[in-house]
Amino acid sequence: MPHRNFDIELQLLVDAIYLKYHYDFRGYAQASLKRRLTTAMSRFDCSTLSQLQDRVLHDPSVFQPLLDYLTVQVSDLFRDPAYFLALREKVVPLLRTYPSLRLWVAGCSTGEEVYSLAILLREEGLLDRSLIYATDINTQALQMAQAGVYDIDRLPGFTENHRRAGGRTSLSDYYSAAYGKAVFDKSLRKQIVFSDHSLATDSVFAEMHLVSCRNVLIYFNRDLQDRAVGLFREALCRKGFLGIGAKESLRFSSHAEAFADYALADRIYQKKDLP
Amino acid sequence: MSAPALPRHITAVAMGASAGGVDALGQLLAALPREFPAAVFIVLHMSRERPSLLADLFQARCALPVREATDKEPVQAGCVYLAPPDYHLLVDAGPQLALSVDEPVQYSRPSIDVLFETAADEYGERLLGIVLTGGNDDGARGLVAIRAAGGLGAVQDPATAMVPAMPSAALGIASPEYVLSLDGLAALLRSLAAPASASPAAERLR
Ligand SMILES: C[S@@+](CC[C@H](N)C(=O)[O-])C[C@H]1O[C@@H](n2cnc3c(N)ncnc32)[C@H](O)[C@@H]1O
Repeated sequence: MPHRNFDIELQLLVDAIYLKYHYDFRGYAQASLKRRLTTAMSRFDCSTLSQLQDRVLHDPSVFQPLLDYLTVQVSDLFRDPAYFLALREKVVPLLRTYPSLRLWVAGCSTGEEVYSLAILLREEGLLDRSLIYATDINTQALQMAQAGVYDIDRLPGFTENHRRAGGRTSLSDYYSAAYGKAVFDKSLRKQIVFSDHSLATDSVFAEMHLVSCRNVLIYFNRDLQDRAVGLFREALCRKGFLGIGAKESLRFSSHAEAFADYALADRIYQKKDLP
Repeated sequence: MSAPALPRHITAVAMGASAGGVDALGQLLAALPREFPAAVFIVLHMSRERPSLLADLFQARCALPVREATDKEPVQAGCVYLAPPDYHLLVDAGPQLALSVDEPVQYSRPSIDVLFETAADEYGERLLGIVLTGGNDDGARGLVAIRAAGGLGAVQDPATAMVPAMPSAALGIASPEYVLSLDGLAALLRSLAAPASASPAAERLR
């Protein structure tokens, strides 16, 4: 079947972005990327992707706003409370046995997942011996994550999720609210390192006891998923844990055999102790 | 007039429903014979908190395997795939299922438009889109996309829908080929599985 113009232009656009800005979207799942770029076309007043390519090549100030279409910044505190409950009940007891902990939240977006993990570790008395790496490719999202400031009208949802995730304390212990915003505590942030890192182009930077990468792999095609899961496999220590999104699966990954189901319903896997 | 029959080249059916959709979909799924040759994708709007027991509920009434969609799962003919609550369901090249947590579209996630538009892109003229009962206008633009890609459109006759707004909206802008009651839609779907010259006896054996 001959390629359709849009598909040709899409390929050219992601190549152009890669060559010019070194952001690699070549391995992203096509269907959702196409939809978001179609929306971006109208936002940037372009009637074709070729026009959009022209814009982004010649006007670097267009790149960051376009990046907000190429990546999806949707997150929540304790999103899928059952996942965090499983971490708390099934994974924390093992994490407790290590004198110091390194954890990696890959694709942390605006920070909700990282703060969820930090609060959970604080409640379990582990935060002080933990270092959490929070990474993403969207630097604007990372800055928001680092600031830890959220609209106050999200707090009821946050609080409810925290409770359902087995929260032992009051969420209000961890933020202060003023002028319609809630700011998460500096003491949580002290244990978090935020940095720009791409699962598509960068490599492993430290050994981890837990990697949490949720709702990021769904945006990748299988090859790129394999690359990302390969990084997690390499980063994880012996018997380290990997948590992914509620509807994601390692079933179709070429690394599937390297991981054992640990809490399958909640998508928590453990790296096998292979020779 | 004889009941309408679907052309043989249809290999996928995408259905969307909202208010009243559990009953409507239950009825259509119950009508599908074991030898139904097409893949079926379903978006049903639900409240976000409800656990995803729908697959079990529909499985109890359907001869085909009914599953909640998993990301990157290859599409199989004769399988029914449901969008998980709070995720968009998309069809990607392969064909393969894809999920996303992109923003809700017109307040809906999963969105019928998202399913329809991506399925249209992948299947073109081999797709049938069906808009069922519901109280909003999700699916209307998606059905337009399906028809623009050469696929076929069907809507539940609004006069027979529990909540008519959604099929009415689709009827308004997509000029679908078929406007039918649930019984009519069930017969339409069954026509795809019928042997070239369907005999009433074969029908009964189903
Ligand atoms: C839908 S958000 C998920 C946020 C959070 N993990 C959650 O589950 O709530 C997806 C995130 O993945 C990031 N992302 C996309 N491509 C990436 C890549 N190649 N490397 C790292 N992060 C990436 C996006 O910028 C976005 O912040």
